[in-house]
Amino acid sequence: MTTVTDPPAESFRLSMLLNDTRYRSLTFQAIALLCLIAFMAWLGWNLIQNLAAAGLDISFGFLGEPSGYDINQRPIPYDSQSSHMRAAIVGMLNTLIVAGLGCITATIFGVIAGVLRLSNNWIVRKLMAVYVEMFRNVPVLIWILIIFSIMSVALPAPSAFRGAEPDSSMLFGLIALTNRGVYVPNAIPGAGAMVVTAVFLLSLVGVWAYRRYATKKLYDTGQLLPMGWPSLVILIVPTLLVWMFFTLGSGTPNRIYVPSDLGGDVSLEEYAAEQGTINLCSVAGEPSMAVAKRRILRAEGATLRSETYPNAQAAAKGFADGNCDMLVLPEEAAASLVGQSAELTTHLRRGGPFELEVPYLAGFNFTDGVQVRGSLIALWFALAVYTGAFIAENVRAGIMAISRGQSEAAAALGLRPRRIMSLVILPQALRVIIPPVISQYLNLTKNSSLAIAVGYMDLTGTLGGITLNQTGRAIESVFLLMLFYLAISLAISGVMNAYNNAVRLKER
Amino acid sequence: MKTTLILGTLTAVGLTAGAAAAATLDDVKDRGKLNCGVTTGLVGFAAPDANGEWQGFDVAVCRAVAAAVLGDPMAVEFVPTTGKTRFTALASGEIDLLARNTTWTFSRDVDLKFEFVGINYYDGQGFMVPKALGVSSAKELDGATVCIQTGTTTELNLADFFRVNNINYEPVPIETNAEAQQQYLAGACDVYTTDASGLAATRAAFEDPSAHVILPEIISKEPLGPLVRHGDNDWGDIARWTLNALIAAEEYGITSANIDELANGTNNPEINRILGTEGNLGEMLGLDADWAKRAIKANGNYGEIFAKNIGESTPIGLSRGLNAQWTNGGLMYSPPFR
Ligand SMILES: N[C@@H](CCC(=O)N[C@@H](CS)C(=O)NCC(=O)O)C(=O)O
Repeated sequence: MTTVTDPPAESFRLSMLLNDTRYRSLTFQAIALLCLIAFMAWLGWNLIQNLAAAGLDISFGFLGEPSGYDINQRPIPYDSQSSHMRAAIVGMLNTLIVAGLGCITATIFGVIAGVLRLSNNWIVRKLMAVYVEMFRNVPVLIWILIIFSIMSVALPAPSAFRGAEPDSSMLFGLIALTNRGVYVPNAIPGAGAMVVTAVFLLSLVGVWAYRRYATKKLYDTGQLLPMGWPSLVILIVPTLLVWMFFTLGSGTPNRIYVPSDLGGDVSLEEYAAEQGTINLCSVAGEPSMAVAKRRILRAEGATLRSETYPNAQAAAKGFADGNCDMLVLPEEAAASLVGQSAELTTHLRRGGPFELEVPYLAGFNFTDGVQVRGSLIALWFALAVYTGAFIAENVRAGIMAISRGQSEAAAALGLRPRRIMSLVILPQALRVIIPPVISQYLNLTKNSSLAIAVGYMDLTGTLGGITLNQTGRAIESVFLLMLFYLAISLAISGVMNAYNNAVRLKER
Repeated sequence: MKTTLILGTLTAVGLTAGAAAAATLDDVKDRGKLNCGVTTGLVGFAAPDANGEWQGFDVAVCRAVAAAVLGDPMAVEFVPTTGKTRFTALASGEIDLLARNTTWTFSRDVDLKFEFVGINYYDGQGFMVPKALGVSSAKELDGATVCIQTGTTTELNLADFFRVNNINYEPVPIETNAEAQQQYLAGACDVYTTDASGLAATRAAFEDPSAHVILPEIISKEPLGPLVRHGDNDWGDIARWTLNALIAAEEYGITSANIDELANGTNNPEINRILGTEGNLGEMLGLDADWAKRAIKANGNYGEIFAKNIGESTPIGLSRGLNAQWTNGGLMYSPPFR
């Protein structure tokens, strides 16, 4: 019997922490960590001591108090009675809005400029070089201020749209460009809106499925199916058909009522000309409201004032109470009508799946539609062109990193130039492009905190601005602010890294 | 990120460490200059003139304190602050005194830990609109776009006013008065709201002041006054009694013209105590006997300062109103020098 003796299990001795290379690095890291913790603890302790000496304490209780201030751009309901916490969330969403819009637009600008900078056309190439150099070399804050100032000086104030012969008029009768921002129409969903949306989404899936099928067919059998026009047809035709079905299909029209002592049996236009100002009662968010408003706004010499109610009964009641001199209701809801009324001869169309609610001037400002504030536009556009210039350089670098041989080889195989770009160059270039673009996205997001320069209420403006100032809770607010930007930056780089892994060259 | 965290904490520590330091008087004397926080520029209250020298109603308070403490009204370092930065500047010790259209409120006094040393202007928040709008009352402002300076009481009063009256508005937050003026004139907002005195001063700087009206509604009480940090009562006393000396000087008829003559002694003991020919008030403050004399000599008494910077003969044209002496039906009332 042979006994195999294991080498005696080496017992751990303390000195090995320093002498044994297996442990030494760990030891040093542990020491460094301890030092760091001690340093942070000292800082924290110092802070608390000093705050206590000044009679202050760290507390986040202020987040629950009413904020007391108003915010102009509110993605979620908010008023001055809401808490500081809610104000911070509004700010957070505003940051995300401008960062999201900025990143998308900057990418578009960047890719176009980057590719065109390598164009064979001398003028295009030089123009793009000018763009990149001009925007890259001037601080983004300056661009924000320039764009904002240009907007507020060059565009007319809303009052310029007033009167019979206004100094300014709306673009296509739909869009108002003012120095307070751009007002665009808003889509009011009506009957069939859900179906149209669903069909459109299904068409998107259909396009994707078709392209996949075509690619597979190409790889399996070598048979090339057309891609462009079938995609377009799949995308548009079903949606269009459903749309037309709902717009033209049967359904009751909208009816217009006026107080019987004021008339009736005339058309809307005649009535409007007679009355001058029309106070319209309607049901909020109903296509009838949008259709009637547009008709009145188009009528010669009429001014619209609008009151909306949650449902037909309430609207009819408001009308009966004399709040307005015109009521519009879908025919089937007319039963709820009470009191003395006469009907106009005009029958309004029923309204399609999506009816545009057009902004119009009421009082000091435009109402209805969606207001894209000047501060958002200035910030968004400045961030986009500025960051776009950097992304353009990343794109150019990515493309130039692919050796000429690749495109020559692809050309030798008979690929067309556009195919060379999309099938050979870009997939390889993306590998080089994406990592620096991630940091551009992070930069853009962080630069969005310059918002206060134009009064855009992002998180720095709400939590880090007014809240901080009104409550004096500087340390707490700045801490939360840092936490938010950290979380957002990590999230962006997380997502982008995942994408980077997906487009990475699949190596063996 | 980690380093920013550390740096952030460090600055926070630095901030509060500065706040805890007392004996501002010694600091000021060592420095030989008073660091005084003022506005970024509001003609009449605090703005540099053509020679780059700061002038104005609030500036005069800074100069009076510097004269009392350092013997030289020009020994002031003016630090322009916005509505947002002013409190941090004071709390961090960057400035020794803040004289900048600042409203005395409970939370600023108690929660932000400042000490208001008095009131040098009784004000209230008003609205200014272009005449062309045809608005005659603030209640007609439903749906208007309103420019406001952020970090001010104005912002909060405005929210309250519109909520109570159940009307809507669109706030446009703005950092400084100059920007607000530019936005307002470009028509990016319909209304500019701030302290009525500030509106008058802003309007006076317009090319055509008569094209703008200040609406009759005054929606708040805005007692404006200089302030110092909590915790250094000696310094607070100096600032408080310098301001009181200016106000009392007007009451007793001490002016920059007759002060040298009165300083030789009068038969009014109160005047004698103020000017240091009787009693030892200066010594109690830790200053010399002539402190108040120098303070008053710097720019004259309260009434002279008012008349020269914002009074009816200036383009700003504010009447004394609430800011008259109590003997004339106003609220200016200095406690006795005794
Ligand atoms: N009294 C208010 C408002 C003070 C304020 O901001 N006033 C304006 C106009 S009266 C000002 O001084 N602006 C000058 C600047 O922007 O620096 C407060 O204390 O919060």
